[in-house]
Amino acid sequence: MSVQELEKIFQGKVDQEIKIEPKDWMPDAYRKTLVRQISQHAHSEIVGMLPEGNWISRAPSLKRKAILLAKVQDEAGHGLYLYSAVETLGTPRNQTIEDLHSGKAKYSSIFNYPTLTWADIGAIGWLVDGAAILNQVMLCRTSYGPYARAMVRICKEESFHQRQGFEILLVLSKGTPEQKAMCQDAINRWWWPSLMMFGPKDGESTHSDQSMTWKIKRKSNDELRQQFVDMIVEQAKILNVTLPDPALQWNAAKGHYDFGEIDWVEFWNVVKGNGPCNKERLEARRKAWDEGAWVRDAAAAFAEKRAARQAQQVA
Amino acid sequence: MYQPVNTQAANLVNYLLHLGDNALILSQRNSEWCGHGPVLEQDIAITNISLDLIGQARSFYQYAASLEGGDATEDSLAYLRGERTYLNCLMNELPNGDWGQTIMRQFFFSVYQQLLYNALLQSRDETVAAIAEKSLKEVTYHVRWSSEWVIRLGDGTDESHARMEKALNMLWSYTGEFFMPAGYETAAVAEGIGADVAALQQRWMEQVAAVLQEATLPVPVAGKTWMQSGGKEGKHSEHLGFLLAEMQYLQRAYPGATW
Amino acid sequence: MNIRLTKYYYGDIPEENTGGGAGTVTVKDVAGWPLWEVFIRSKQGLDHKHVGSLQAADAQMAIENARDVYTRRSEGISIWVVESKHIHASNPDDAGAFYEPANDKVYRHPTFYDLPEELKHM
Repeated sequence: MSVQELEKIFQGKVDQEIKIEPKDWMPDAYRKTLVRQISQHAHSEIVGMLPEGNWISRAPSLKRKAILLAKVQDEAGHGLYLYSAVETLGTPRNQTIEDLHSGKAKYSSIFNYPTLTWADIGAIGWLVDGAAILNQVMLCRTSYGPYARAMVRICKEESFHQRQGFEILLVLSKGTPEQKAMCQDAINRWWWPSLMMFGPKDGESTHSDQSMTWKIKRKSNDELRQQFVDMIVEQAKILNVTLPDPALQWNAAKGHYDFGEIDWVEFWNVVKGNGPCNKERLEARRKAWDEGAWVRDAAAAFAEKRAARQAQQVA
Repeated sequence: MYQPVNTQAANLVNYLLHLGDNALILSQRNSEWCGHGPVLEQDIAITNISLDLIGQARSFYQYAASLEGGDATEDSLAYLRGERTYLNCLMNELPNGDWGQTIMRQFFFSVYQQLLYNALLQSRDETVAAIAEKSLKEVTYHVRWSSEWVIRLGDGTDESHARMEKALNMLWSYTGEFFMPAGYETAAVAEGIGADVAALQQRWMEQVAAVLQEATLPVPVAGKTWMQSGGKEGKHSEHLGFLLAEMQYLQRAYPGATW
Repeated sequence: MNIRLTKYYYGDIPEENTGGGAGTVTVKDVAGWPLWEVFIRSKQGLDHKHVGSLQAADAQMAIENARDVYTRRSEGISIWVVESKHIHASNPDDAGAFYEPANDKVYRHPTFYDLPEELKHM
């Protein structure tokens, strides 16, 4: 069969919402796009453990500590599911991880911001996980089977993450004046970076996106961002906090909230490595990996010895 | 803040605090690995252990708080006691060191905890027996997991063997404290509530020796090493103060706030 | 569709943008531990179902890793693991020859048979 014919069959499946599975024929560019996207997603989960992990040792109650530990641990699990999905496309996990450590692969810029107070843990749960969930729910229907299945599992597990964040803020918003100020301050700092998570505005480029045709992605940046703003504005009322955007206003004609312009200079700078924590985050990951090398080697060596002994016993 | 008083009731509270502190302090140490483990699967595994331990600590603290009455809660017990009233064993508060040291400590402690909880199943205090029963399932897995890792790393590469031997030498002098009863332990035994820790030592030694042997690591000779002690009586290493300062920071900085 | 869907979130930061700075990287264990497929029985009486994969140095570790990774929310009561390289799969190209011949054997399904209403529970 010619490549054109194979591509036609492939696109036909995608159009009919038939999932693509690892052994199915797929265009090279589709495979490449998936490897890049899923591995960046995986790295985001793993690097994302760091800003929140920063508060595990200082969580203000035993209950909060247990919840935060479980949550950050879930992110390790999510990274693992996603690395496994990348592996089905022929790229081993360690290769994918090396690409992160070498600076070749990217992860979500949001995790390059620091967590300064306990309220940041709430703000991350509410805003960052809130934004992530919109993206992830969409990805549950993505065309590549292993990715979609990983996302279904992740979405199921994530459902408590946003709630716990909101609950942290809710308690703070009803607390002492200092706690209220802490809550508002965290929201002030995390609001704009959360909006940036959805990427540049739709109209900024004229190149059409192959990912949409391939149904890897299914909603545009602005669609998701608007959905996020509409959702958060309502929830903010319950918290009795203000969102740091004077342009934020209900637009009855559109049936949506209008909001102000994102600081794109900041956005590009964080993407390019100039965020407050870019270097620390990568350094922490490299350190964990390098210091774990002897453990991984030892386990592999021991497995070989054990297998050899068992073979000898059988013989 | 809780001040231990030398009465019979305080003995039981101290006994519970000791059991809770052991679990909480080790949980706090293990949780430092979350996000920094040698491989994702083990990052997740050590965090599971940390979560089990924090759960055990909460059970003991909740019971202690109910006995103490007043405003005491699991959190006031965890967050508002100072270094001198924490009653955990010294080993649990030591810095993690490398993965090998963390594993070796978990192994030593889990084997001890398994024997201890097993004995506590016979406690005349139903709550203590119930907490022990629930926790025993968790600890049984910790023993299995940490034993396997001691064997794997001891009998892995030359480097891993050397690291495990170093961890063994470093930690061994802290194992004796498990089996030296503090006053509240002796009192708890007299009342049929607590476990006689001295009686657990023989079996602990046998179990530990079997694993060390399989791990091709030297088995320390009993009675040859000077054993550190004091943690159970509130006389700690310099490390605990920093651990508590970090852990208790928010509760101390914002007294009376709800989180 | 003239829209840009490039998301700078999970997934599509273009390679040309550098971030974090390059670092020294240990490449010696790119091969890593073998990959294992995990199957979990969620309840007594049900089949083991494929839930995902993970890495482990040996089978024993694979079972423990599966326990730690895939049963954190009481998802299972029994675990099977098999090293991924031992799984043999049918070829998707054979799908037509393999599965379509079954499509016209409708008489294998109970709904094929027209039976009187009076006959209940058959």
